[in-house]
Amino acid sequence: MTAMLDVEGLEQRFHLNPGLLDRLSFEGGRPRLKDLVVHAVNGVSFSIAKGEVLALVGESGCGKSTVAKTIARIYDPSSGRIRIEGEDITEYDHARLLPVRAKMQMIFQDPFASLNPRQKVRDIVAEPLLQQVGDGARADVADKTEALLARVGLNVEHGGRYPHQFSGGQRQRIGIARALSVNPGLIIADEPVSALDVSIQAQILNLMMDLRDEFGLAYLFISHDLSVVHHIADRIGVMYLGFMVETAPRDQLFVKPRHPYTRALLSAAPSIRPSRMTEEIELTGEVPSALSLPTGCCFRTRCPFAWDRCAVERPVLQDIGDGQSAACHLIDEPERDNP
Amino acid sequence: MTMQSESRDPLLSVRDLRTWFHTFSGVVKAVNDVSFDLAQGEIMGLVGESGGGKSVVGFSILGLIDPPGRIEGGQILLDGEDLAKAPEDRLRKIRGREIAMIFQDPMTSLNPVHTIGRQMDEMLRLHTDMDEAARRRRCIEMLESVGISQAEDRLRAYPHQFSGGMRQRVVIAIAMLAHPRLIIADEPTTALDVTIQSQILKLMKRQVADHGASMILVTHDLAVVSEVVDKITVLYCGQVVERGDVRDVISAPSHPYTRGLIDSIPNPDHRQPRLSQIPGTVPDIRNLPKGCNFRDRCPRAQALCAQEEPKLAPTRQSLFAACHFPIGTGGDA
Repeated sequence: MTAMLDVEGLEQRFHLNPGLLDRLSFEGGRPRLKDLVVHAVNGVSFSIAKGEVLALVGESGCGKSTVAKTIARIYDPSSGRIRIEGEDITEYDHARLLPVRAKMQMIFQDPFASLNPRQKVRDIVAEPLLQQVGDGARADVADKTEALLARVGLNVEHGGRYPHQFSGGQRQRIGIARALSVNPGLIIADEPVSALDVSIQAQILNLMMDLRDEFGLAYLFISHDLSVVHHIADRIGVMYLGFMVETAPRDQLFVKPRHPYTRALLSAAPSIRPSRMTEEIELTGEVPSALSLPTGCCFRTRCPFAWDRCAVERPVLQDIGDGQSAACHLIDEPERDNP
Repeated sequence: MTMQSESRDPLLSVRDLRTWFHTFSGVVKAVNDVSFDLAQGEIMGLVGESGGGKSVVGFSILGLIDPPGRIEGGQILLDGEDLAKAPEDRLRKIRGREIAMIFQDPMTSLNPVHTIGRQMDEMLRLHTDMDEAARRRRCIEMLESVGISQAEDRLRAYPHQFSGGMRQRVVIAIAMLAHPRLIIADEPTTALDVTIQSQILKLMKRQVADHGASMILVTHDLAVVSEVVDKITVLYCGQVVERGDVRDVISAPSHPYTRGLIDSIPNPDHRQPRLSQIPGTVPDIRNLPKGCNFRDRCPRAQALCAQEEPKLAPTRQSLFAACHFPIGTGGDA
């Protein structure tokens, strides 16, 4: 079966254009103009089957949102391949992307910024579908819009209102209805519940799970919140500094995390329930700049296990069984695994 | 440091506090009859969703309510002195010296055009009579104690040269400089990543313990609260709906709202296909329903809830709840 989404060696670099003096450096007494490049995503590969939920987790600046936006082709990838149901869309231009958008839609984090404040809700929801079917089918689109609003828990009369008349949770429902309008197979959700209060967050998560069962949706779910991810994901990818450091089925990742960063992330997450986690890895320091990546392993500057090999050789993601992969030299040398 | 009185009087006692905002579309009773006590050395979590009034309680204590907002009634007793009636020049002396505040956003709570050193020095210049050399020494000490290395050089740095986590460390250092007795931390780690968050929470807890201070931690995040505080006060629509020791509140709350909040957090140990959710949304605070504010969303609501406003009353263990039919008492299966 072809995967809903297949990403291979995705890289995303952003060139900064600072002033001349910021770029000026001297090497051996000679002036040099150096390029400032943000290495946001560095060779990320994964695939999502139909109806599967893959969550990408990581801290701010780890590139998880950039991955989402690059797949949605809001950014043009620097290199790598993106395939939607086997179709390579990496190089598609705007016009050729239009039919692809019927297969892939996006839900954004900020429900206040992602809806046009001057459009009525029913026009917001109908917009993607009108793009697909053209103006001829306006009546059908109107019916479909009403059904969608009802499906996400809004009333028909809400269609005539403007976004500012809704609360954050309701706005996120509007965003979901808009994404659903074209019957996509894949929804890319970038921190869809992070801006919501916890009681509303539960409502939206339940709605997203129901819709997945009903329409057989696949989600690429971006989040920094491990408890949310544990609830919604089938598989989880952990990102750090633009690298995928570990991927595993959900339970496997929570029970047997292998990469030191995943372990630190799990032990740092505050929990309301007395934790069963015994391991405590506390990280010192902060994430290095994506302008100049560390040599070797991206995580070595904060890793309590790091040794000289980590500075020289960059670990690659390797399969360690049960669908789990991790990029860490500890897998080859497990005897070093006690800090 | 000399210990203040050893009496059992609380350091801070808030009584029937009312902070209302008079807007064109009606009176917003952001804080309505809120009472709580905070003992010396105690950490209290002030919890609730957006619009619950938790930040306004913090701002009221500091006297930072601007029109159209006003403290309409009640007392804020800090060691017996009523801050709600204190004149502005007295409050200026108290802020920073007796009560310090740590805000959510470390990007905006520091002045971008002054060095860290100057902003730290200002605190000591205003509130102590140390000479310049002593102030400088104290600033360096304080920066080191919050985990900033090369403190001497860092004094000359500007806020934009620090990362978010580092900035929050600086903000904490500034807050602790004058040895305040009460720290109000308003969502101090909400803008930070989880690994940085756990560093900062540990740091705050240690600093509060080292200085024998008390702290009010204002947050929406029950998980953060449960790891840091001694007791919890839950606000809903500007009113206290439940309070008690942290263990009792988290393990077996008696108010349905608290229960709902806790259950909405996904539980990694018991994964359920659906999260339990609190139905509906927070009512418009300008136009609250008669009786209990939570009744429209409450699974336990009965006829009485629509008629009579519940009063805060002891339920069990250390818990107080404002509910006619608290969980775990009479009629529960």
